[in-house]
Amino acid sequence: MSRVHDMGGRFGDGAVRPDPPKAPVFAAEWHARALAVTLACGALGQWNIDTSRHAREKLSPLDYTRFSYYEIWLAALADLLVQKGVLSEDDLAGQGSDTPHPLASKRLTADMVPSVLAKGGPADRDGGPEPVFAEGDAVRTRHPGGNRLVNGGHTRLPGYATGAEGRILRRHGTHVLPDSAAHGLGEAPEPLYAVIFAAGELWSHPENPEDEVVLDLWQSYLEPV
Amino acid sequence: MPHDHSDHPHALLPPDPALRVKALETILTRKGLIDPAALDEIIDTYQNKIGPQNGARVLARAWCDPAFKEALLADADPVLAQLGYYGRQGEHMVVVENTPQQHNMVVCTLCSCYPWPLLGIPPGWYKSDAYRARAVREPRAVLADFGVSLPEGTRVRVWDSTAEVRYLVLPMRPDGTDGFSEDQLAELVTRDSMVGTGLAKTPEGTT
Repeated sequence: MSRVHDMGGRFGDGAVRPDPPKAPVFAAEWHARALAVTLACGALGQWNIDTSRHAREKLSPLDYTRFSYYEIWLAALADLLVQKGVLSEDDLAGQGSDTPHPLASKRLTADMVPSVLAKGGPADRDGGPEPVFAEGDAVRTRHPGGNRLVNGGHTRLPGYATGAEGRILRRHGTHVLPDSAAHGLGEAPEPLYAVIFAAGELWSHPENPEDEVVLDLWQSYLEPV
Repeated sequence: MPHDHSDHPHALLPPDPALRVKALETILTRKGLIDPAALDEIIDTYQNKIGPQNGARVLARAWCDPAFKEALLADADPVLAQLGYYGRQGEHMVVVENTPQQHNMVVCTLCSCYPWPLLGIPPGWYKSDAYRARAVREPRAVLADFGVSLPEGTRVRVWDSTAEVRYLVLPMRPDGTDGFSEDQLAELVTRDSMVGTGLAKTPEGTT
């Protein structure tokens, strides 16, 4: 029931290769364009960050694995533009019309860029359910994991951390629930917590039993112990 | 025309990535949906204006000013907003402090979440499968890939950025830096030290 992006704890990936000193921010010019096109399309307001993450995650495992990072972004962007009706398949195939688009009035222009990037998109919200856990409380993450609203849908509880016992390290306030927001089901904000786990609770062969992993988890991902 | 595009229309675009982004940019520009000048502006921002020098300035100040450090660790958002370091992918910041007892390290196993206003766009290794897969399970082996080994008795705490909270590591201030100015100290705060895959540089190492 997992998707290919959920790779925390996976074996077999080999060494991490640090970049050389003074490496450029973008290794190739098209990387920079891919990032910029993606951000500019986001400004059209047809999806949120959770939808766009899900579009990357639901690429076929074959594509996700063979694509480089910004190729994943590009493929997901193209899929999303069609899925949301912004472009047609004919458009992508180069057979569409060049007539002005109804969304053209929402186009991000150069002068808007500094303020849009500076404004960001905060995820905290007023309201939502009351927090039921306090700092220090023992909790267990739900098992099986996965999106409870949509089969195969977006979720932010990684597979390696399902069914694990930890404790509440701190509260982060109330945040938009990605499992709902990714699928147009509303923001459904919930209390969000930093939850700390001993390495031995997550791994059968912990590298060091004193080590810990912290994850940010929504209230509905957790049950009391 | 490719025939496997029913679920994944991206297959309709040219497969070569540089041509792919060019095709998409052209289609969107012709329809008035994107402004190439805005793309240039976005790229210039992250290539030249926003980068790890921002985070380094903040953390060097935390090394010098105990009251500032206390405020930053207690509630980073208002402190960073006042310095102008609020923005996209840095809306909810938490700063975690390294000590002789605890080394902190940040990852996003599910994608590539990273504090853009403080560190800029993440480097390739941060987004790599190897880092995402291994940082949570064997952080010490990953640190060894960066040439870092921790003293006996230091616990590793790995922060997996699964929500919109972004973490920044306050590295330990190196010995031999008494009397250094904030600007001199900021030179010692490397990007990797703020992610937790490195330590701050020592004064000898900066020549």
